[in-house]
Amino acid sequence: MIRFILKRLGSGLVVLFVVSALTFFLLYVSSGSIARNILGDQATAEQVAMKEHELGLDQPLVVRYFSWVADALSGNLGASWFTSEPVANSLATRIPVTMTMVFAAMILIAVCAALIGVIAAVKRGWVDRVVQVGAIIGDSIPGFVIGVILVTILAIQLGLFPATSTISPESGPDAWVYSMSLPVIALLVNGVTGGAQQIRSAVIKQLERDYVRTLRSRGIGEREILFRHVLRSAAPAGLTVLSLQLIGMLGGVVIIEQIFALPGMGPLAVAATGQSDLPVVMGVVMYTVVVVIVVNLLVDILNGWLNPKVRVS
Amino acid sequence: MSDSVETAAVAAPAPSLHPGQSGTVVRSTVVRRLLRNPLGIISLAILLAISLLAVLAPVLAPFQENYSNIAKTLAAPDSVNILGTDSAGRDVWSRLLFGAQLTLLSALLCAGVAIAIGLPAGLIAGYYGGKFEAVSNWAVGILMSLPGLIVLLTIRAAFGPSVWISMIAFGILISPSYFRLTRTAVQSVRNELYVDAARVSGLSDLSIIARHIFSVVRAPIIIQTAAIAGVAIAVQSGLEFLGLGDPTKATWGVMLSEGFKNVYLNPTLLFWPAFAMALTIGGLVLLGNAIRDALEDGEKIKHRKKAAKLKGTTAAPAAARLSRKSVAAVDAGTEHHLVKVTNLGVGYPQADGSIKKVVDDVSFHVDRGEILGIVGESGSGKSQTAFSILGLLPDNARIVAGSIQFDGNYTVAPGEERVDQARLSKLRGKRISYIPQEPMSNLDPAFTIGYQLVTPMVRVLGISKEEARKRALKLLTDVGIVNPERTFSAYPHEVSGGMAQRVLIAGAISCEPDLVIADEPTTALDVTVQADVLDLLRELQQRLNIGVILVTHNFGVVADLCDRVAVMQNGRLVEEGPVRDILRNPKERYTRTLLASMLEGKTPMSMLVSSQKEPVA
Repeated sequence: MIRFILKRLGSGLVVLFVVSALTFFLLYVSSGSIARNILGDQATAEQVAMKEHELGLDQPLVVRYFSWVADALSGNLGASWFTSEPVANSLATRIPVTMTMVFAAMILIAVCAALIGVIAAVKRGWVDRVVQVGAIIGDSIPGFVIGVILVTILAIQLGLFPATSTISPESGPDAWVYSMSLPVIALLVNGVTGGAQQIRSAVIKQLERDYVRTLRSRGIGEREILFRHVLRSAAPAGLTVLSLQLIGMLGGVVIIEQIFALPGMGPLAVAATGQSDLPVVMGVVMYTVVVVIVVNLLVDILNGWLNPKVRVS
Repeated sequence: MSDSVETAAVAAPAPSLHPGQSGTVVRSTVVRRLLRNPLGIISLAILLAISLLAVLAPVLAPFQENYSNIAKTLAAPDSVNILGTDSAGRDVWSRLLFGAQLTLLSALLCAGVAIAIGLPAGLIAGYYGGKFEAVSNWAVGILMSLPGLIVLLTIRAAFGPSVWISMIAFGILISPSYFRLTRTAVQSVRNELYVDAARVSGLSDLSIIARHIFSVVRAPIIIQTAAIAGVAIAVQSGLEFLGLGDPTKATWGVMLSEGFKNVYLNPTLLFWPAFAMALTIGGLVLLGNAIRDALEDGEKIKHRKKAAKLKGTTAAPAAARLSRKSVAAVDAGTEHHLVKVTNLGVGYPQADGSIKKVVDDVSFHVDRGEILGIVGESGSGKSQTAFSILGLLPDNARIVAGSIQFDGNYTVAPGEERVDQARLSKLRGKRISYIPQEPMSNLDPAFTIGYQLVTPMVRVLGISKEEARKRALKLLTDVGIVNPERTFSAYPHEVSGGMAQRVLIAGAISCEPDLVIADEPTTALDVTVQADVLDLLRELQQRLNIGVILVTHNFGVVADLCDRVAVMQNGRLVEEGPVRDILRNPKERYTRTLLASMLEGKTPMSMLVSSQKEPVA
């Protein structure tokens, strides 16, 4: 098991390295005269040359990449070209905002999707019909459109919720939960409908397996078959579904934060993208990839624990 | 019973169509089924209408997409601007039409790029495997672990705002879904006989791929494309909503963001782009679902045995209510039979409201210490009969006629539509048990063999785990396993098929049942192991004096083991009697045909025939 985890961790690090290199070269090769962009049209050629030297842009790309890697390993991700704020600092203040929201939505998605999916698979009939229609509606409306609709109707028209959610946890848990509920709902609707749908088919697939019939023939009760055997076998598929939901949510949350004016990763990423503030963009990509690798590692470990074939070998 | 019952019972199994050989046949029926499904028609109509509006946008739109009338901003709908104007005085209807054009084109571009990369890569990886597959799997792993929007932000930062560049990038990012789908499909048909035949007959790899494999992946790719186009529209609009799209183009995302900025002044500006988006993506989602349904209906016809779950009819709750009342007593003089099946009929409700009978008017009985063989081809209804006795028919199955009694009590009384689970759950495991056909798939891979033997004994017999463990080890020894401790703590994937079948037999007799139903217990086994397992069954049956129903297609097994035999064909009982009589003097022509088709005792005609495999039921 430990060897298995180490192997997964190693391949995660390789992915991190590959993605960082690809992103770095993609960003710096193609984005024209960076110094000119920062200084504006009024700058003289000397000023541009100086700025390029200051930013280290006069060195070969490969050298720059490895110096970025060396800095990154010591926790220094560079500084924004426009605000001069260290990227690591910006990330540190914004990640908690984004990740609390993502994790809150993720836990709710896991609970709701699993409940709905399992009930639909076991009960079938009208429950199943309702779930499937709900899934089609959920699939049809992008999360950010749901966010926009929620703000417009519940916050602006009816005034039930604050339209912007800039309240920090310090102002009391009630007010904070209240202000966060709309963005979290906007984040989780697609996840619940999509997740429930796939968990439903995973459970149905297990219920139709031969060994379930044999367990029944041995006199094992339906409840024990469902909870101990079927759900356990369907769990790896469910975990994979949920991890993909979480990865997708890292993108979706960017737009949701913009809609609700939340001081998370979203506004930082959008502003940096608009200005081609490359060190910040690099930082955002790195944070995302690290989250994805950690999540995938956790899913692999859980699956290994659930599946004796992985555990034993 | 209000359902009309097909009296013709069930015909011979529908010829299973090989997708590669009959692509056009399969496709035309799928298209017909799609058009018969209201959801299919609605989704196609929506998508067609939106595409037409998009194509005709330059003709239909009263204004240019960026024409603005500054004197008339945020205007309410009137005869000139039928949906009103936005904050810059631009016509909402015209921008919606041009937006449709760009949205659909970008979704097509994205799907096109994804197919252009994913399909050939999946074909090569699936067909040849090897290094190419390893490398592409690795690349797929990386692509799949990146959130689309973050990648598109990066692309935007590097290349500036362009719908086309971002959609090409998204196409690359999403190509793994086509890759995986194609690779899996190709791998599953690569070793099919008809592909081998094509290879032997000298077709080049290219034409094999084109002709056989492409027809298999075609339908899944259409379903996938509908889903991906929807995702592409959502992502592209999201990017534009963030203000990172091309500001010179009218798109739904830009319109939504524009509306959101003016939400306090005119919230209807939000409605139209959101509606257009939901309608388009919804149309794509519905289309995908409708095609999947159409394909699955086809599957149901091809594999009737795995008939999918149909919704319960109104008769079912009534039957359930009925069962809670006292059950009628069995006919006098029949109590001594261990099992008695009388005029049993089993059917499956069809989509058109009729019921397809798979078992029709079947009667037989089994006494203690007796082995009854039920023989017939696959599709003859012999397994369905066995599962009716066990109460393990699929949810949608109906008892359409007859009764079943076990040890003097009805498990299915005359007139009941379903097997009553409350009655059967007291018998299953304890008094009636089951030996399945396929050893490996009938053990839960996640639990040790010991656990799977011990738990039923603890639950059914109420003995302690320690005692159950001792009994399980004894049982494993009894069924001829040399090292019972090792097998006890092994997982199913760690033992051989023959061993697993012995474990299942041990499980079936563990609670000392009165009746064992064995469904083709030796079919999945090696020939040498088959004989051992049959010997074991006979020895156990004689020692414990149990009744056995042995379902098989093999008269050899029947002659070896059974006291009496029932021959089934197309759901009906053809002939029933002592094994000797029927083997020596079969009265029915079908029985003679079955007997004649046996290979035992015949002179081999040629190598080809004698090495032919027996058909697997």
